[in-house]
Formats: sequence, structure tokens, C-alpha cells
Amino acid sequence: METLFRKRKEQLENFKKAIRRFVPERTKREIPDNIFKKCEKCGRSVSVRRLKENNHVCPDCGRCFKMSAAERIEMVFDAGSFYETDRRMTSTNSENFEGYSEKLAKYKKRTGLNEAVVCGTAKIDGRKCAVAVMDSNFMMGSMGAVVGEKICRTIELAHSKKLPLIIFCTSGGARMQEGIISLMQMAKTSAALKRFSDSGNLYISVLTHPTTGGVSASFAMLGDIIIAEPGALIGFAGKRVIEKTINESLPREFQKAEFVMEKGFVDMIADRDSLRKTLSDLIAMHTEDAG
Amino acid sequence: MTIAEKENIIKEQQLILRKIPPEDTRRYNRQKIKIEKLKKQFYTNLDRWDIVCLARSPQRAKAQDYISALFSDFYPFCGDRCFGEDRSITAGIARYNGRPVTVIAQSKGTDLADNLKKNFGMVSPEGYRKAIRLAKQAEKFSRPIITIVDTPGAYPGKGAEERGRAQAIAQCLYTFSNLKTPVICIVISEGGSGGALALSVADRIYMLENAVYSILSPEGFASILYKDETLAPKAARQMKMTAADLYQKHIIDEIVKEPLGGAGANIDVTVRRIRNLLNRDLPLLTGKKMKNLLEERYEKYRRIGVM
Repeated sequence: METLFRKRKEQLENFKKAIRRFVPERTKREIPDNIFKKCEKCGRSVSVRRLKENNHVCPDCGRCFKMSAAERIEMVFDAGSFYETDRRMTSTNSENFEGYSEKLAKYKKRTGLNEAVVCGTAKIDGRKCAVAVMDSNFMMGSMGAVVGEKICRTIELAHSKKLPLIIFCTSGGARMQEGIISLMQMAKTSAALKRFSDSGNLYISVLTHPTTGGVSASFAMLGDIIIAEPGALIGFAGKRVIEKTINESLPREFQKAEFVMEKGFVDMIADRDSLRKTLSDLIAMHTEDAG
Repeated sequence: MTIAEKENIIKEQQLILRKIPPEDTRRYNRQKIKIEKLKKQFYTNLDRWDIVCLARSPQRAKAQDYISALFSDFYPFCGDRCFGEDRSITAGIARYNGRPVTVIAQSKGTDLADNLKKNFGMVSPEGYRKAIRLAKQAEKFSRPIITIVDTPGAYPGKGAEERGRAQAIAQCLYTFSNLKTPVICIVISEGGSGGALALSVADRIYMLENAVYSILSPEGFASILYKDETLAPKAARQMKMTAADLYQKHIIDEIVKEPLGGAGANIDVTVRRIRNLLNRDLPLLTGKKMKNLLEERYEKYRRIGVM
């Protein structure tokens, strides 16, 4: 009897091992992820459904959770009005950087996106605008050639159709794996925005957590109106780098949206409940005939 | 052997050369040939990390050396008219072949005291705002602008962040992209990250043969991707950051050849080569219709990374 029991147990173990080989690891984490999420600030668990109803804001402490591009589009724009452009554009490993192709494939599979930005046109209270929404789930929203190009095309689309432009920024910065080409996207997007702006069009930049590095030093900071989400990290260098340079620790609120507003670099902080109305009102004020 | 060690050996040999009395021509010539041979041995087939070290060498010529060699009547201007003066940007007006130009240069110091004053070439937001101010001034008076890039990156300090480093760099890119006057950029040693890019939105970019220009310093790159700063040499070899690499990618327009041992050894040759390029390009760019000039500058950046 005991031997049989041991045999069965062994079989079960082998079966489990075999299964583990076929099922990717992420499913293990994803199941609880889909039902509950833990708030990093207050430590409490919130059900995902509740979170969704509350615009991905913790009901207990008000902390903003990370949102995917799709969730953000759904939250801000008129239902069904989003029309995506350049959906299929995807990065290649042109530098032959070790491990980059695998990384791209992994993120594509995990997020269902082709790149770290989703672009297109959408309506907000019936008013059409060009939008680019970055997604930090895809390689920390880093900007490589494709992200720069897609954003440029969106700016040019807005330019040619005379649409107001809204960009939701969230990025760790330029994409290291693409080297100098990534860096040049800063110049490229800024140049496109300058043209767009010079012909009298409106650009609203919405800074969400985190907006740092090359993105903050280009299009994120060039909005006619700059709106930040509460608590978003906004800055150029990471906190660690600065602490190492100046050899002292920085205050908790350093580089937080509220701090950046205090220093005069964003116009306002809008929480997620009021963001849609704020954007809608601002766009209305820029599209209606003044007379 | 590291670049610093090589440089020391060459220095020693040159000291010996100097001690030889001029009448002893045979010994003098022999020593001279020996030095040339050593240089050839040391400075050919350099790998990318060697070039990074060469670019950072304290013996390398600095922005102020090029300014005084290229221009006459240089009047440095100070201040961003908002907050302060940043010594890491040396900028002002000067004459090039008699014609007034605006010079905006990132400058490292020559010794420790000078470097402390200039913050090792790391630019603060005030520096970028000063650059923008002088760029607009140049536009007003239709003066061509010559920028000189030599910085490890923008200064990552607390105050710099509080005063909007990112915004200042973004404004630089924004302003230079549509500035109604020709802009020529010369990367002389080190161009690191957005801090260097801010001054390199230009109609022509020249880069010295042993200069480097990259998205981030190899140290930063190594600490992000390999989580270990000491792997900088490995990172540098992986990063395509030399003049030859960038020329291939059409990021820069010209490579300025340097004498063996780098531009610290004999600046005259390098300056003459830069002059040749400026003499060719300045009249060409100033002769262009403004609309075409701006269109070409836009296209130059627009086509980088097009799918």
C-alpha cells in the first residue's frame, strides 16, 4: 500500500514538473493579479473590479495605479471613438543588441502591444483630437525609433488635420538598446512639435507616473498646457543617480508631481475623476470660435 | 595598457627629446622617430573603450583652446537672465575670418580649480537657458552659430532638477530645431546623453575622430543594463559611440581626422581641418534660402529612425 502511495506521489510530481515546463511562469502570478492588486502606498488589497470602477485609484489612500494605454483611452475618450493608426509598426533589433529581440518578443506577448505607445485619433465629448498614449507595461515605456516615429506621425497628423493633440506620457526615458537612434528621437519629436506649435495648434501634455529621462527632456515638457497626475514621478535623472552625485538623501516628495508643480514646471494636477472634464473643457476653449 | 599609461610613456619620451641639445641632431632625430613609432604602435587599432579614454584624457584640447584658435575678438557673455550664470557654458560673440558669429561651447576645465568652477563640463539648467538666450540673439542679428560639444552629460544635481533640467533641454531642442540662422556643431571630445544633444541640433555636425557621442555614458549604460558600473569597458564596446559609428548611421556629417595620439598632441592640424570644413559650409549655409535651410534641418532629424 505504501509503495503504491509513493509511486502515485512520484507520478504526480513528475506530472507537475512536466506541466510547469509547458505553462509559462507568468500564469502563476497572473491569476491573483487579475482578482486583487496590492496598493504600494497603503499596503491594502483592492479587488480589480473595484479598482476599475474607481478609475484605477486606490479607494483607501487615493494612490494612482498603473494604467495600460487601452484602459486610459477607455477612461478619457468617448466610447468607441478611438481609431488607431500605425498599429503594426514594430521595433527591430537593428543594433544587434544582445538579448533585445527576445525582450521585445516577451513584452509583445505579455502586453499584446507592438510598441510602448498607442496612437490615433479619438473624440472627447464629440470633439476630435489626435492622441498618443504611452504604456509603461511595454519596456517601461522607453522611447526607441518606433515610439519616436509614431509620436512624430501623430504630431504630423494633428498638424495636417488641424486637430488638438494630447499625449499621455509615461516613460523611463530613451531606449538604451537602440543607442544613439533613441537619443535622436528627442530632437525629432521636439522639432515636429515646434512646427506644430508655430502654426497655432494646441498641444496638451499629460504626465503620468513615471515621466523621466529622454521623454521628459523632449515632448513631455513642451506642452502648451502641461497636466500631471497626482503623485506621478517627473524628472530627468533617477533619484539614485542624484543621491550618488550630491552624496545626500533626497526628500520623499522630490520629483513628485506636487513638487514639480511647486517649482513651476506643470500647470495643474488633475486627478483621474476630473481629467476627462478638464481635457474636454480645455479643448473646447481652443476650438470654439472666439467671436 | 590603458590610454593613461600610454600617454605617460609618450610624455616621458618627449621630455627626453626636449633635453637633447639641438646640436646633437642625430640623437634628436632618432628620439623623434622613436616617439613616432611608439605613437603608431599605441594609437592604431584602438577599440571603443580606448577611444572613450582618449576622449576623456585630461591632456586633450578643450573648448577654450579651439575658440582661441578658430576665432578672433571673442567676447564671452554671461547669464541666463533668469537665475544665474553657468560657467560650464562658454558663449559669446566672436569673429570667424572677420565675420561675426555666435559661439556656444560646453567647456571642461584645464585643471582641478578650473574644473570645479566649470563643474567638469556638466551643464546646469542655467547653462541651457543661456544657450537659448544667445541663440535667439544670434537669430535676431542673423549671425551663424557654432556650437562646441564637450560634456559627460547634464549635471545630475538636486538644484538642477528643481530648476527644470528636463524642461531646459527640451526647450533647447525646440528652439534650435527652428532657429532662423545656420547652426554648425563640433563635437570635440565627449558628448553624453541629452546634455550634449541639446547643443547638437544643427545643420552640420562635425565630430573629431577620437570623440565619442552616445545616449549615455558607458558607466551609466553599464549600471542600467548590467547593473554594474565597473563593466563600462564592456558597455563601451557594445555601444556604437565613435565618430566612425555615427558617420555610418548618418548622425554626423563629417569626421575631423586627428593626428596620432589625439587632438591634444597637435591642435593646429585639427584646427586647420575644422577651418577647411567651416570655410566650405558657412558660405553654403548662409547662402541658402531660410525656408530651405529650415526644411533641410527638419528633414535631417525627421528621417532618423524612420521605419
